[in-house]
Amino acid sequence: MNNGSPVLDVRNLEAWYGESHILHGMNFEVRPGEVVTLLGRNGAGKTSTLKSIIGIIGKRTGSVAFEGKDLIRLPVEKIARLGVAFCPEERGIFANLDVKENLLLPPIIRSGGMTLNQIFELFPNLKERLGSEGAKLSGGEQQMLAIARILRTGARFLMLDEPTEGLAPVIVRQIGKMIARLKAEGFTILLVEQNFRFASTVADRFYVVEYGKIIDTFANSELQANMGKLHTYLGV
Amino acid sequence: MHQALYAQLLVGLINGSFYALLSLGLAVIFGMLNIINFAHGALYMMGAFVAYFLLNLAGINYWWALILTPVIVGAFGILLERTTLQWLTGLDHLYGMLLTFGMALMIQGVFQYFFGSSGLPYAIPNLLKGGVDLGFMYLPIYRGWVVIFSLVICIATWYLIERTRLGAYLRAATENPTLVRAFGVNVPRMITLTYGLGVGLAALAGVLSAPINQVRPLMGADLIIVVFAVVVIGGMGSIMGSIITGFALGVIEGLTKYFYPEASNAVVFVLMVLVLLVKPTGLAGRSN
Repeated sequence: MNNGSPVLDVRNLEAWYGESHILHGMNFEVRPGEVVTLLGRNGAGKTSTLKSIIGIIGKRTGSVAFEGKDLIRLPVEKIARLGVAFCPEERGIFANLDVKENLLLPPIIRSGGMTLNQIFELFPNLKERLGSEGAKLSGGEQQMLAIARILRTGARFLMLDEPTEGLAPVIVRQIGKMIARLKAEGFTILLVEQNFRFASTVADRFYVVEYGKIIDTFANSELQANMGKLHTYLGV
Repeated sequence: MHQALYAQLLVGLINGSFYALLSLGLAVIFGMLNIINFAHGALYMMGAFVAYFLLNLAGINYWWALILTPVIVGAFGILLERTTLQWLTGLDHLYGMLLTFGMALMIQGVFQYFFGSSGLPYAIPNLLKGGVDLGFMYLPIYRGWVVIFSLVICIATWYLIERTRLGAYLRAATENPTLVRAFGVNVPRMITLTYGLGVGLAALAGVLSAPINQVRPLMGADLIIVVFAVVVIGGMGSIMGSIITGFALGVIEGLTKYFYPEASNAVVFVLMVLVLLVKPTGLAGRSN
């Protein structure tokens, strides 16, 4: 693991949906080459955290530093162009576009992104479905497409929101292998997951989120020792 | 008798050209901004007047007007969007309709105040004067030009939206503008430019119309209701639906004028009601 300065450094992040105060001071960091997972129950603030980082949630205070640059005052498109790639929970495949158009949609923001051949090597199914309408893909294929299109952009910091939700176990394993491969290639990943068993196969560290705050953190090597606490936090 | 039929067919095709260009602009604006742009007829009228001013005040001929007028009126449209329409993002369609309806009345009112209700002449350019005897009918060259040029513009716009990367951004942003922004695309700027494009298409139709119809403040008001019917029949937001329906309805209207003139004003609306009863999203529209 690389112990350099954090790629992402979040300090006292608070956020609001209208009048609703959803994040109450998030503090965490993601170091280069790590896979960090935000764990927590439904409504804990995990997805809101990702949306606050990318700037979709407009009202935010605190500090979000990406590669040393403060993101709090930047609009969404500028944050994305700095190299923050976001894969939303609902996957966001555009029904108006076919698979190829979906795949090529996000603009290249820096060099070094995956080529189409590299993407098809990682996701062979997509090559066969290039002409299909985006909405006609299965859940697993849509998830692969959602991840594949951000890999093209050259962004090396990925935020994946519940990539395994609603997917069959065989697809979940495939996604796990894909994340492990991306980690081996030096990507830095911030993962939101409710499925901590899946997360334990890929993550280096965990942060537990509750009521919009970090309440605990531990390394993957400490997972077994913290299993009791985790069951309490997650209610499983 | 056949000459009269072909003549009405030609009139139908010409009207269809205007319907197609105008409904295309409306479809583009509705698709991107979710705004039902009642000012579209007034902007078409502005296009005709700008062409008139360019010729009579600046000596700028028809050919340059075809390029400059959409840019000038498009820029005016962008100003409207930035100062008024952008504040309606996310609100019910009713607000956009009311605002643009008010804008249409204001724009028409200003032009009526200065120019009255009677029309101003705009000459056909020399290159397009005269006609061609096709045997079965006499085809005025300018009218043939209107039909062909409109078709080219419609196909080019369809290609831009359906087959290019920019068009993919536009289509994606109609579904999920937030996610498209999260990819790094400046969606607000794209929306503004798209409104300008839609307005530019209306203005271009105005320039084409100027030599055929007199340049009048109410020329847009006469047309806009039919154009809305075209958009509804073709499918709100459907580019190809608007193009095909525009031309088709122009021809149907022309043929109705020949075979049953009493129904020619109503035929478009009868078809609109039938389509709404059978397929409310329009012939090529998608249900959301």
